[in-house]
Amino acid sequence: MRLEGTPSQTVGPYLSIGLPWDDGPFVVPEGTEGAVWIRGGVYDGAGNPVPDAMIETWQADPDGGFDHPDDPRGKPADPFRGFGRCPTDDQGQYRILTLLPGVVPDASGAPQARHIDVSVFARGLLNRVVTRIYFEDQDNAGDAVLASVPVERRDTLLAKKDGDGYRFDVRLQGEGETVFFAV
Amino acid sequence: MATPTDRRLPQYRPDPDGTHPPLDYAPYRSTALRHPTQPLVLLPQMLTEVTGPLLGPGRLGEFDNDLTRQHAGEPQGQRIIVTGRLLDGDGRPIRNSLVEIWQANAGGRYRHTGDRWPSPLDPNFDGLGRTLTDDDGRYEFTTIKPGAYPWKNHDNAWRPAHIHFSVFGTAFTQRLVTQMYFPDDPLFSQDPIFNSIPDEKARQRMISRFDLDRTEEEWALAFQFDIVVRGREQSVFEDEEEDE
Ligand SMILES: [Fe+3]
Repeated sequence: MRLEGTPSQTVGPYLSIGLPWDDGPFVVPEGTEGAVWIRGGVYDGAGNPVPDAMIETWQADPDGGFDHPDDPRGKPADPFRGFGRCPTDDQGQYRILTLLPGVVPDASGAPQARHIDVSVFARGLLNRVVTRIYFEDQDNAGDAVLASVPVERRDTLLAKKDGDGYRFDVRLQGEGETVFFAV
Repeated sequence: MATPTDRRLPQYRPDPDGTHPPLDYAPYRSTALRHPTQPLVLLPQMLTEVTGPLLGPGRLGEFDNDLTRQHAGEPQGQRIIVTGRLLDGDGRPIRNSLVEIWQANAGGRYRHTGDRWPSPLDPNFDGLGRTLTDDDGRYEFTTIKPGAYPWKNHDNAWRPAHIHFSVFGTAFTQRLVTQMYFPDDPLFSQDPIFNSIPDEKARQRMISRFDLDRTEEEWALAFQFDIVVRGREQSVFEDEEEDE
């Protein structure tokens, strides 16, 4: 049976009624050993912060596993939510507390660099946009996805060391526009 | 430990052209400064993309699926039951999966600091709902029919009545946020968000169906709305599996 897909629509300006959770930004609880904050802002084509956006993150656990039936390597020992969500605040800023993802193999079994998949939703975005967070202080050499990105734009995918974690800004348009993916 | 090459990962096919809106759509003015201008880079579907959060139990409160019972009193408006199934493009039900909704009240006003148009808030209505699909992928909400509301996109612009829906599927590739509309809304023709969907048939799939069978006498009208997320590419491997 083939069914036709339901179209995407914008989350609109009032997404914060329906989507935030109190524990959304906490992929791991505060106080978890090794937890890092990923903080950043969402900016529009004029460089203005976007206060009605939401970031969602999805990632492997620190061993590179997923608690999911389609991971053929089986269930990880420790359940790990792997998912974070945070609406942006009045200044267009979000934050996610998590553990660094482990190394995940690609389709050929070759290791990918540590990465987090990201969905960005906002008023004015009729569909989500998808990007990936990599980490500037990790080994990113040999990652096939990064290598496929024009070299002058790769930097937009690198989270920068910042205090007790990393900073990862999303620029939807224009100068320093973040690389977005078709998945 | 097996590597992913030992068992082929599911791959999710794209929906046909015209199913989803373009990110750059001038009639919806807010897209102007928010759509990417650089081409998207192809991200092959690997483990991170074909897995996703399986959110279910533990995310729900007692009256999360009944927006008419979240306060001491009942909200104003036409009581409705909204039911449907969450399926993938191959007809597989998505089971035990979180469905989130949010909406305006009967007068078209959202409980949000940014919504200031002169229509009253309803002290008995928050407009937030959550539920889980059952083993058949079915969900059900009781709520009130949201009102249309004005916005400043164009001259005398009004959004057709709608309920915002958020679903996850079982993979990152399947994540979807959409809006459910009501049959025969006279505001469709002037709404750029509804009309941002290029394919006319796809656009119609966002309109719920009046469901006489599910109405409750002397109580509530009913609307039916199925949500379909991306299906899988057929692989040789799967053909074999189905023959067993
Ligand atoms: Fe709305």
